[in-house]
Amino acid sequence: MCLAVPGRVLHIEEGPLLTATVSFGGVTKDVSLVLVPEATVGDYVIVHVGFAISKLDEQAAQRSLEAFAALSELGEPEESAP
Amino acid sequence: MKYVTEFRDSKAARALSEAIRRTVRRPWTVMEVCGGQTHAIVRFGLDALFPPDLTLVHGPGCPVCVTPVGLIDQAIHLASLPGVVFCSFGDMLRVPGSARDLFAAKAAGGDVRVVYSPLDALALAQAHPDRQVICFAVGFETTAPAFAAAVVQARRLGVKNFSLLVAHVLVPPAIGAILNAPGNRVQGFLAAGHVCTVMGCEEYDELVRRHRVPIVVTGFEPLDILEGVLLLVRQLEAGRAEVENQYARSVRRQGNPEAQAILREVFEPAPRAWRGIGEIPQSGLRLRHAYAEFDAVERFRGDVALVGEGGVEDAECRSGLVLQGLLKPPDCPAFGNRCTPERPLGAPMVSSEGACAAYFRYRRRTDSLQEVRHGE
Amino acid sequence: MASEGTPAVSCPLPLASGDHVLLAHGGGGRLMQKLIGDVFLPAFANPLLAKLHDGAVFPVEAGRLAFTTDSYVVQPLFFPGGDIGSLAVYGTVNDLAMCGAKPLYLSVGFILEEGFSLELLQRIVDSMAEAAHKTQVQLVTGDTKVVDRGKGDGLFINTAGIGVVPPGVIVGPHRVQAGDRILLSGDLGAHGLAVLSMREGLRFGGGIESDAAPLHSVVAELLHSGVDVHCLRDLTRGGLASALNEIASTAKVGMTIEEQPILIQEPVRGACEILGLDPLYVANEGRFVAFVPSAQAETALAVLRRHAVSHNASAIGTVMGSNEPLVVLRTLLGTNRIVDLLSGDQLPRIC
Ligand code: SF4
Repeated sequence: MCLAVPGRVLHIEEGPLLTATVSFGGVTKDVSLVLVPEATVGDYVIVHVGFAISKLDEQAAQRSLEAFAALSELGEPEESAP
Repeated sequence: MKYVTEFRDSKAARALSEAIRRTVRRPWTVMEVCGGQTHAIVRFGLDALFPPDLTLVHGPGCPVCVTPVGLIDQAIHLASLPGVVFCSFGDMLRVPGSARDLFAAKAAGGDVRVVYSPLDALALAQAHPDRQVICFAVGFETTAPAFAAAVVQARRLGVKNFSLLVAHVLVPPAIGAILNAPGNRVQGFLAAGHVCTVMGCEEYDELVRRHRVPIVVTGFEPLDILEGVLLLVRQLEAGRAEVENQYARSVRRQGNPEAQAILREVFEPAPRAWRGIGEIPQSGLRLRHAYAEFDAVERFRGDVALVGEGGVEDAECRSGLVLQGLLKPPDCPAFGNRCTPERPLGAPMVSSEGACAAYFRYRRRTDSLQEVRHGE
Repeated sequence: MASEGTPAVSCPLPLASGDHVLLAHGGGGRLMQKLIGDVFLPAFANPLLAKLHDGAVFPVEAGRLAFTTDSYVVQPLFFPGGDIGSLAVYGTVNDLAMCGAKPLYLSVGFILEEGFSLELLQRIVDSMAEAAHKTQVQLVTGDTKVVDRGKGDGLFINTAGIGVVPPGVIVGPHRVQAGDRILLSGDLGAHGLAVLSMREGLRFGGGIESDAAPLHSVVAELLHSGVDVHCLRDLTRGGLASALNEIASTAKVGMTIEEQPILIQEPVRGACEILGLDPLYVANEGRFVAFVPSAQAETALAVLRRHAVSHNASAIGTVMGSNEPLVVLRTLLGTNRIVDLLSGDQLPRIC
């Protein structure tokens, strides 16, 4: 359920819906920031059906990726894919 | 795409898969509640990365799949009314009601439109003041705040020709129902990261306390799901039962307060029937009295009354058992013969991540592939 | 590619703007004559059409002809990177090319809805003429019908085409065999998403342009290069996944393809993610797959990469022995996934 995708806020319009232009790999869509009013230009937000539902915590994402990298390092020598 | 591609890295996926293999010592059955996760598992072939002792059951987490037949019949009826523009998310159009689906209503002359956002439906209402625009409000806690915001905006703008046919459902009561079902086999859950993004993790503490099952709030990319499973089997093997948050980049413990506030402002919990499962108390949402004017059921009371609420589910369909993880789709007598993606009897055969469709499309053939390979 | 630029009205109009198609435009009387004389003849000018006979009469070389037809109902009529007119020419030209034929003559049938703007019709006709000119085919016969208002979606176009197949060229699914390499001519999904980006209710920006383009010249060169091309297929409706499945079941072979070399532009990927679409199933109008003997794959790729429409060509997979006509995708994660036919169109999803 709940297909939601991270995109980057390019521009925010004032107004009751806080409509922002959000870029998803270059494609842009109008997204309402009413549910995430703290988001600012440059932030990544997670978007579901035209609404940002959270501001992506870039540090947390980085921590996850580092943990994955550490796990891969310590992982076994290159072996055939499962 | 940043924050998508990195979470699909094959080296890390293999490392996580190895870690899961090393961790699992006993057979476990876990459920991914969310259809979006099922979709990712199927699309990326993640099940091949799990050890044979780990069974993943596809849960009821597809709001499209669990929308009761009665509501779909109402949708079809409303969509067929002259002067109505009926808006829906795309995947809802093929779900069978008692006799037809929304595609059939469209073919018969109904003005049915696919929208991406509730705001697109609101924009249609503003663009066509002479028409009644009804939007099918389908989805879990993730989606409900978006519909709530659209309703609030409609009131602010004084849009009078916009209403919702509300089919929202809530996740924790469904998990509770699965755990309470006699014969339940599920020993741990991957909770849906986007539902928790909105609602936070606290509701799940209660389930963990009551049922002593581990729950890991999990994201949707392959590495998220693999890590979620790893955390889950670690808990299981260690005999722990806690709520853990794998999806920290989006989920905060308390959730999204703005989203919760607007959801509560516009909607209130209500009993709701789940397709194939039956009624689960307080597992749905309805518009609060203050917003009743946006309720399509109120606005078209006479028409809806004509349809009634019952709706006939196909007697052969075992979707309830499938959605609770009690029956594997191929063990349903209709599977693959009377029920196929072209002619679905039940909703899990309709949407691409429905458990029966996923099985039909991939597992059935994969099994035969593997037989071929083993025979070689 | 027929680039229309912005669909602004800046060109001098041969017909007063605001004029609309009337039922009489299809009635066979004076108005229809005027439509033919003012719009179609000048645009499509060629000696065969100029005869205004009931059909076109032309000599044929000895050998084999390829004959195909397709109807075009795309909405919106104008989309980034193309329009229904150029599409109707390229689509039929490409179908001929996929038979290994050199496209020669096209027929065109217009079904116009009463009230359709004559100015838009002119633009579409001009775009067809330009596409025909580019692909060196002639529109030699045609037909126009007008339906009552509300009975059509503005305008539909049918084109049929005839081409000659050079001696010795035999391409078709029946020739696909185990060991063949599968070559893909370029990135996927741009056309389908360019069209979707204009749809009410799904609209998005970011400049995805349709890949609509003629494929006849690259195909002609490929066939001349000495590569024994077994099969060609353009990746229109249902995209790469459907094309491969169709060929697999006709040829009764299995296929394995790799996800890694399949190119998808970043914006197309982004749009697919937000709408929940799988780019393997999205329509293209200027992409094709070629099945060639594996020993000749490199030669074939070198030819493809010389042409702008296919300069991103890559080998994406191999035809397997005939077990079951399954198409198996090796994902980026190294897992296998079966790529099946869909039951219908892909629908944007929320879950
Ligand atoms: S296979 Fe069809 S009939 Fe059986 S449970 Fe699934 S949807 Fe229902």
